[in-house]
Amino acid sequence: MEQSRVKELELLATRARLLGLKAVHDCASGHIGGSLSAMDILTVLYFETLKVDPKDSKNPGRDRFVLSKGHCTPALYPVLALRGFFPVEDLKLFRSIEGHLSGHAEMRHVNGVDMSTGSLGQGLSAAVGMAVAGKLDRKDYRVYALMGDGEIQEGQIWEAAMAAAKYKLDNLCGIVDLNGLQIDGATADVMPTEPLDKKWESFGWHVIKADGHDVSAVAAAFEEAKTVRGKPTVILAKTVKGKGVSFMENNAGWHGKAPNDEQYEIAKAELEARLKELEG
Amino acid sequence: MGEVIATRAAYGKALVKFGETVPELIVMDADLAGATMTNGFAKAFPERFLDMGIAEADMMGVAAGLAACGKKVFATSFAMFAAGRAWEQVRNSICYPRLGVKVVGSHGGLSVGEDGATHQCIEDFAIMRAIPGMTVICPCDGYEMEQAVKALINYDGPAYMRLGRLAVETVTDSVEGYRFELGKGVTLLDGSDVTIIAVGMMVQEALKAAGLLKADGISARVIDMHTIKPLDEALVLAAARETGAVVTSEEANVIGGLGSAVCELLSARCPVPVIRHGVNDQFGRSGKAPLVLQAYGLTAEVIAEKAREAVELKGRQAGSLGAL
Repeated sequence: MEQSRVKELELLATRARLLGLKAVHDCASGHIGGSLSAMDILTVLYFETLKVDPKDSKNPGRDRFVLSKGHCTPALYPVLALRGFFPVEDLKLFRSIEGHLSGHAEMRHVNGVDMSTGSLGQGLSAAVGMAVAGKLDRKDYRVYALMGDGEIQEGQIWEAAMAAAKYKLDNLCGIVDLNGLQIDGATADVMPTEPLDKKWESFGWHVIKADGHDVSAVAAAFEEAKTVRGKPTVILAKTVKGKGVSFMENNAGWHGKAPNDEQYEIAKAELEARLKELEG
Repeated sequence: MGEVIATRAAYGKALVKFGETVPELIVMDADLAGATMTNGFAKAFPERFLDMGIAEADMMGVAAGLAACGKKVFATSFAMFAAGRAWEQVRNSICYPRLGVKVVGSHGGLSVGEDGATHQCIEDFAIMRAIPGMTVICPCDGYEMEQAVKALINYDGPAYMRLGRLAVETVTDSVEGYRFELGKGVTLLDGSDVTIIAVGMMVQEALKAAGLLKADGISARVIDMHTIKPLDEALVLAAARETGAVVTSEEANVIGGLGSAVCELLSARCPVPVIRHGVNDQFGRSGKAPLVLQAYGLTAEVIAEKAREAVELKGRQAGSLGAL
């Protein structure tokens, strides 16, 4: 990827981080930690990889994305807004009784959302269904599903993993946001999931490891996945929970907490400095 | 006497029949295709049959994804696992986004027989009914089943349908002008003293009970309430007003199912005596199905007893009102 494009994507991701942070701060609730860890992945998906059109968001031939870690709407909604699926101003209605932007991803009310999620462990199954439908209809769209590394403790993920291999879903690409933390602490302590590469491989998946904050590497991983035949791909994306805000980074406490006014100003200043640096 | 056929068998036949003309029809199963009788569809349309293995939670999620891409999906397993095991997937992945998945639970109720309590789902009506926007149906015979499958194919939203294991007599084919419509009960027999509102294989028992009551000089109306939700309120209200006493009958726990739905309506709109006949909040047990049904009182004789009680209650209420 050209350096100028890398910079563009990083700029977009930083803007999305600012919007997500503001949305969570404004309504004083929401899951900022895992949203910040997933932001670069989502930015690459919506601005580089997915074949989608905000003006034709229900096109049957479009690529599909399932936010299996459905609580990370402070990442998904800003990226959708920046991509043009709805006005950025709508983000002020996040989690508000007056708005339509519910806390967890919702397909019936939010333009651009392909599947309602929120209850962990269910999104990969829905993505499998979409990929099977694509095969049945002989359409060439691709389906992407983003999972959390805590989320994959749910048994249903592994049921879906078996099904995806059975149906040889090479049009399906899973991503695991490996930030290493979940609500109760380190994933390695709460319920160890490693070795994930061996687990997914043994379930019949092609495995790619990538730095989940390196937009060029993430984009390359999605391109590699497109070339795989006869099996699904999973990208194990190493990330930092709270990425981009120094005091939130690698701190499980920021899983589902909103910053207070003072914390918000500090976080905002850090991200704006990053923005300036990228624009500079 | 009508054809004797299990509703699961009629379901399997109907899927094959409509599979010919409905290319979007997808049938899923969770390693029970021989028992739920989706195997006929599997043979006829192998590409559109998905055996998801013993993984009901995943099956419901995959069904949701298929429906989100325009497929008409019948996700089938035993009632215990389709409604029970995968309840939260049905709620969150199917019902909340209002996706067109038909959750089909075979082997509902105690008539599973020998397999015993772990497989005798008596809670499906209650737990499926509790989900906002969910349609809940249980056809009583093979004739009704075929029409129900057709109606579900043409219905856009989520629905739960229970199938039975036992072969049962077909009774709806001889009803003049019978037409299956979701949310509309069918009056099988008119009567003026009491109404028996039944669902599933209790419909046949209710008809027998009406015969027993006739010998006692009690005129019983029998309603086949194949749709538990949305309830046919007009039909229930008219029956309550016109007969003044109601018995509900279902092969399910008396908590939360058809009986509860009828009581919820009548308590506010037309409070007449209602006796709920069904499984009295107990687990089932192993045995030959007819013997299990008998042991739990799921018979025409017990329905008739309940109807006599309801008529007596009505009389007592009329008496106490008269004394006021």
